[in-house]
Amino acid sequence: MSRKKVAVLQFPGTNCEHDTVHAFESLGCETQIIWHKAEKLDSDVDLVVVAGGFSYGDYLRSGAIAKFSPVMEAVKEFANKGGNVLGICNGFQVLTEARLLPGALKRNEHLHFISKHHHLKVVSNENTFLSECTKDAVVNIPIAHHDGNFYIDEDGLKDLYKNDQVLLQYTDATGSLSNPNGSVDSIAGISNKEKNVFGLMPHPERAMEELLGSADGRKMLEGFLK
Amino acid sequence: MTAIINISLKTGVLDSQGKAVHHALDSLNFKGVDDVRVGKQIVMKLSSEDAAEARAEVAEMCEALLANTVIENYEIELIK
Repeated sequence: MSRKKVAVLQFPGTNCEHDTVHAFESLGCETQIIWHKAEKLDSDVDLVVVAGGFSYGDYLRSGAIAKFSPVMEAVKEFANKGGNVLGICNGFQVLTEARLLPGALKRNEHLHFISKHHHLKVVSNENTFLSECTKDAVVNIPIAHHDGNFYIDEDGLKDLYKNDQVLLQYTDATGSLSNPNGSVDSIAGISNKEKNVFGLMPHPERAMEELLGSADGRKMLEGFLK
Repeated sequence: MTAIINISLKTGVLDSQGKAVHHALDSLNFKGVDDVRVGKQIVMKLSSEDAAEARAEVAEMCEALLANTVIENYEIELIK
């Protein structure tokens, strides 16, 4: 297994880039933090991670302004050539705003910022990201968001299921659906149709060590090591 | 010219803020309210004096940035 190179994007207001770097380094990856003004990615990058936080203070809408940062053009080009892109939390919002992923993330149904561990069910592992997870396995991963209410219209939802793009759903510990934020069908994570762009609201990079409550994030991120 | 842009969630997209405000108004005993939608308003001054040109430009801004057309509608009002 060759050492994978992970580029973690940093916008003004991103605050999970160091956790993300720490997580991928603990898996043996080479990492770099890429400031949003960069116009190019290194040619040997294996994975781009759009890290969590509050890019541009979430002004206008979460992720709305970050999508126009210079680095996003490079990310789009990378994704269009089949490169793997993972958006975590605010990164998921940025990827939907940039139309690299379908749907949108709205304010949580009950308007609260939610910060806690939540169980998730692996709906599909037929993709790079969750290839190390078992289908229907339940993992315990922290969520921390205000705008995590995934919305997609009916036709869009049908397409997601038809193409096996629904990756994760919010559940309880037994795997029964349990919806913290009003997301359509309790959806916590999706991919694009080509299965190389992934987005999720929960934070696998914060679940890397049992000592900190859960190490279930390791298996999720390990999918990118192959 | 001034452009006033009103952005609101599309019909059929649940407006949680509108619902919370409606609930609060109800608690305050304002009983005649049937529905509440919360949106946002963006006001901008434009150098253009041509209404059609200004409208087209603002619509482009809405599509690119100001609204997320997956979940939001926008209306543009121009004032000379």
